Amino acid sequence: MSIAIPADLEVAHAEDHHEHHDTSGNTLFGFWIYLMTDCILFASVFATYAVLYMNTDGGVSGKDIFELDFVLIETAALLVSSITYGMALIFAKRHNKAATLTWLAITFALGCVFIGMEVYEFHHLIEHGNGPQRSAFLSSFFTLVGMHGLHVTAGLIWMAIMMIEVAKTGLGNRSITRLSCLSLFWHFLDIVWICVFTVVYLLGAL
Amino acid sequence: MGAHSHTHNQPSHGTDDLAASIKSYLMGFVLSVVLTAIPFWAVMTHHFEQSTTLAVVVVTALVQILVHLKYFLHLDFSKEGKINTFSFLFTALIIVMVVGLSVWIILEANALMM
Repeated sequence: MSIAIPADLEVAHAEDHHEHHDTSGNTLFGFWIYLMTDCILFASVFATYAVLYMNTDGGVSGKDIFELDFVLIETAALLVSSITYGMALIFAKRHNKAATLTWLAITFALGCVFIGMEVYEFHHLIEHGNGPQRSAFLSSFFTLVGMHGLHVTAGLIWMAIMMIEVAKTGLGNRSITRLSCLSLFWHFLDIVWICVFTVVYLLGAL
Repeated sequence: MGAHSHTHNQPSHGTDDLAASIKSYLMGFVLSVVLTAIPFWAVMTHHFEQSTTLAVVVVTALVQILVHLKYFLHLDFSKEGKINTFSFLFTALIIVMVVGLSVWIILEANALMM
């Protein structure tokens, strides 16, 4: 394998090399357990939203503020980014650095489209006096959708760091393990978004 | 130094394998697009009655979650994948209890106060 790894990483790598298979599997499983706890965090916020969404305090309800064609584009951006990340991981496992970086960049751009649209939506709502302080419905809406948005933002920062790492050090086992964790994170967020667009936007606009 | 310690928990590196991985992701993607399009179409066009739309939206969401778990997160019941699947099933049980029971309690409370 002709992968350029800096000297210090090379040493650390050699030291844990004999047990590498185990640690890589453990890392992924540990990250999976973290995601499961994150699932429960999201479930609590979904429960809060389900309990509070009717309490609009005479203000707007979901029907008044949700624009489904806008949400459909957000959904499409996130869904396409899931498959482009899958492509990045497939090429990373085959040690194709150029293809990995290209697919990561495409995924990153799609994630930015999603976050950009969400920030625009939030800004638009707050500008028209429908900020989180307006009613219990809007508080829980901003908490739920905002928490998903913060997760996606964290994923984008992570992805940017991974692109720099892969560009500088190539695709060693450690990078592939990290990319695999990010893959779990990214696909997990897409599943949470399915629940968000179903529970919040589609059922809200019904 | 490289990937040789990794190979036995990964598929072999043939070209057929590349095609198979991409095909699996594309399959998941196509199913997801269909399962996203159906509920949005049903709600945006008001094609069905409200109760039917509700059922369509909920069922397509549940099926789409399963599609994502299988094709994107690769959950399965193989020897290596089993522990992830079971930890997910346990989490799903907790989620159903947290969300389901909260909603049940509040709806009952609302009904009693009417």
